[in-house]
Amino acid sequence: MAKIVVDVMLKPEIRDPQGEAIAGACHRLGFAEVRAVRQGKRFEVEVADADVADADALAIRMTELSAELLANPVIEEFTIHGA
Amino acid sequence: MTTRVGIVTFPGSLDDVDASRAVARAGATPVPLWHGDRGLRGVDAVVLPGGFSYGDYLRCGAIARFAPVMADLIPAATDGLPVLGICNGFQILCEAHLLPGALTRNAGRRFVNREVRIRIENGQTSWTAGYQPGHEITVVLKSGEGRYVADQRTLDELEASGRVLARYASGNPNGSARDIAGVTNPAGTVVGLMPHPEHAIDALTGPGTDGLGFFASILSALADA
Repeated sequence: MAKIVVDVMLKPEIRDPQGEAIAGACHRLGFAEVRAVRQGKRFEVEVADADVADADALAIRMTELSAELLANPVIEEFTIHGA
Repeated sequence: MTTRVGIVTFPGSLDDVDASRAVARAGATPVPLWHGDRGLRGVDAVVLPGGFSYGDYLRCGAIARFAPVMADLIPAATDGLPVLGICNGFQILCEAHLLPGALTRNAGRRFVNREVRIRIENGQTSWTAGYQPGHEITVVLKSGEGRYVADQRTLDELEASGRVLARYASGNPNGSARDIAGVTNPAGTVVGLMPHPEHAIDALTGPGTDGLGFFASILSALADA
């Protein structure tokens, strides 16, 4: 069993109100050194070894999955780890 | 023969009943469509209603886009079937790439639930032909992720080609780029709008009857076709 991790973040130019709210909470808690927070998503995808021909094929499939479903390329970027 | 307008119900749809009522009030026959069924039952147009389809898991509209009914709706819309996406329906149309851009979390971090004035910018689509361009109407906006975003080039293209359907006219309630409240595809058949015309068809239950024009427009468009 292979475990693939996909990190999804809003593109830098897209404003992230959730991150702004978290940054505000950091300051209220006394973490004055925090300048900004941006919030993303982490997906852990388990893939059966028997279903994957090789590492290259796995990387291609995971890229397809990320671009089609896990991330919306209009507003988000994704990074794949472990494929 | 009466005009048949399909209204899709997804798990978590909220406004399918009001959308059906608006369709009936305009004089068409509402036809319920179920997210899990294939086929469009021969309807002449489709409304994707507001709500929180599939709990808005992943992203608003991201799971609904892959519902079985969408496998028939997306090619039909590409071939010219008129589709109106309201609120969550607009989000679904963007996720399905039938409309450009995306809807993201409101800039003010709050769910906005109030009447807004919007200005109809394009009175030539299948869903807005009953309005004069520049006409302002009062409708309810109720969304937490209604901030329309797209890259600058896309926004410029939308403006240049008249594909901005409507803009917020009483202040920008959610931080939408260029005050955009709704957009249309190039053909004027697939339309997305964040506020809710289907809640504004009856003075007893809404802010007035300004929204009825969307549903009257599709009847006229189909009658002329």
